Amino acid sequence: METKSLTAADIAEGLKKGDFSSREITEAYLKTAKSRSGDTHAFVAIDEAGALAAAEASDSRRSKGGIVSRLDGVPVAVKDNMLVVGRRATAGSTILKDYVASYDATVVARMRQAGMPILGHTNMDEYAMGSSTETSCHGPTRNPWDTERVPGGSSGGSAVAVAEGSAPLALGSDTGGSIRQPAALCGTVGFKPTYGRVSRYGLIALASSLDQIGPFARSVRDAADLLAVIEGRDPNDPTSVELQPDWALPESFRDRLDGLKIGIPKEYFVSGMDKGVEKAVMAAIRRFEELGAETKEISLPHSDFALAVYYIIMPCEASSNLARFDGMRYGARVAADTLEGTYRKSRGQGFGKEARRRIMLGTYALSAGYYDAYYLRALKVRRLIANDFVRAFTGVDCILSPTSPTVAWKLGEMLDDPLSMYLQDVFTVSVNVAGLPAISVPCGLSQGMPVGLQLIGRHFGDRTVLEAAHAFEQVSGGFGEFIPNK
Amino acid sequence: MSLKPEEVEKIAELAKLELADDEKESFREQISSILDYIGKLAEADISGADPMSHSVPVLNVLREDAVAACSKETRDAAVGAFPESESDMLKVKAIFS
Repeated sequence: METKSLTAADIAEGLKKGDFSSREITEAYLKTAKSRSGDTHAFVAIDEAGALAAAEASDSRRSKGGIVSRLDGVPVAVKDNMLVVGRRATAGSTILKDYVASYDATVVARMRQAGMPILGHTNMDEYAMGSSTETSCHGPTRNPWDTERVPGGSSGGSAVAVAEGSAPLALGSDTGGSIRQPAALCGTVGFKPTYGRVSRYGLIALASSLDQIGPFARSVRDAADLLAVIEGRDPNDPTSVELQPDWALPESFRDRLDGLKIGIPKEYFVSGMDKGVEKAVMAAIRRFEELGAETKEISLPHSDFALAVYYIIMPCEASSNLARFDGMRYGARVAADTLEGTYRKSRGQGFGKEARRRIMLGTYALSAGYYDAYYLRALKVRRLIANDFVRAFTGVDCILSPTSPTVAWKLGEMLDDPLSMYLQDVFTVSVNVAGLPAISVPCGLSQGMPVGLQLIGRHFGDRTVLEAAHAFEQVSGGFGEFIPNK
Repeated sequence: MSLKPEEVEKIAELAKLELADDEKESFREQISSILDYIGKLAEADISGADPMSHSVPVLNVLREDAVAACSKETRDAAVGAFPESESDMLKVKAIFS
């Protein structure tokens, strides 16, 4: 069975009509995932037995007329930092290489309750620290459009799985762009919900005030359907919130955008952007106008500080979160003569370069004498950035920008130049700093590689963002236009 | 700003990380250049700005400190994850020596 061009909605429809069973479609995805592993390496582990058992259970429910959700029987992949009971979750790190989860992450439990077979775990940058999926202890993932190039990151494996047809849907996590940027670089839809919309329980934490789980999909509708399965308050994550009725996702999205006001931030259209990216995004702006939306230039005056704020807050939180990996209760232990020596060896050998670099940076910024100058100052500028958005959203409903300043680059190109790699996140980090929802949808090609368009919404205005992206997708051709090596 | 080699040693000690000798120098250069970049925050006018640690206002969320039962499978999985153990107990180096 051909998986390359199917959306989750197509699969749901096929299951409903009896064109195929969940077992058949799940087998088809498992087969594609296995056959692509040597080329792109999207998955680090495939759970064939678990996925097929869930698929058979779904088929049996359906035969009795009792499906439990719109996505019952539709398979999904999860990033390797999300816990699935009895399965390894490594976060791409040597220190967790043999760690087996003893419980399900809330998002995983909810997908199970919705009847979705879980295909396996997808590759990622170690601890989600990176924009290229090159720093995983399992080796790099490659872009299906050109395997000499990176897929973006850190959720590169999930983006690739969806782009190449190894999974119709996947979950990623986004701390500074880790869903949206790989979605853009691989030509898929990637959505980061408003902070607090989705529980982080069972997600191996990078930076707790910025991390949010969200869907990769081949259409905006599919992304919204997966979000509907995983969202909502969870007592195990006190930062997850009770969803209000007017935040609910609609059954269907409108096709016109009359009355919608879209802001174009002038600070995002300055130097450093690829010409091809700029051209594709400018053409997309005209499409939105044809759909009835009104576009206008806006200003987010503190944009220039966003990356600096992010690269203080994120390593500070990461250095604190990663303190738990000490070789004591779980994870790899490298024994030394003393307890202190065991800590230092276990962490020194268990963490890769980028993880250690960020732990060092965070430890420094939080250390005595530097806290006020770095961390506290960053929290204050964070407020100014959030206020820029509050002000902008009094005049517009959503904000449009490129997702990434460039298309996918060659493997190895920036691996030893962390600052250049960090600059790739320039358009995405502000959204996490302010806790807003944002989507990336494909909007064209440059140098034969996909370009992503980002739409940012108000706090809990996830629906507006999805609605605008859906309407754009209808006129731009959608996923059918973005199948690698078609 | 440029970190001194002894500052790198000090941070590694605080972070409980063993670094290889060649890494000490490459980390020193890389972290120094990142600090130069984030130093631009000194230009921001932060007068009157409240520090923002979180986008959703969350106060301390407390629960009863009650023992919750767990299944044998969950217990076995947690014990099975110990790097070193003796019967069912976690084995670590002496803390006081």
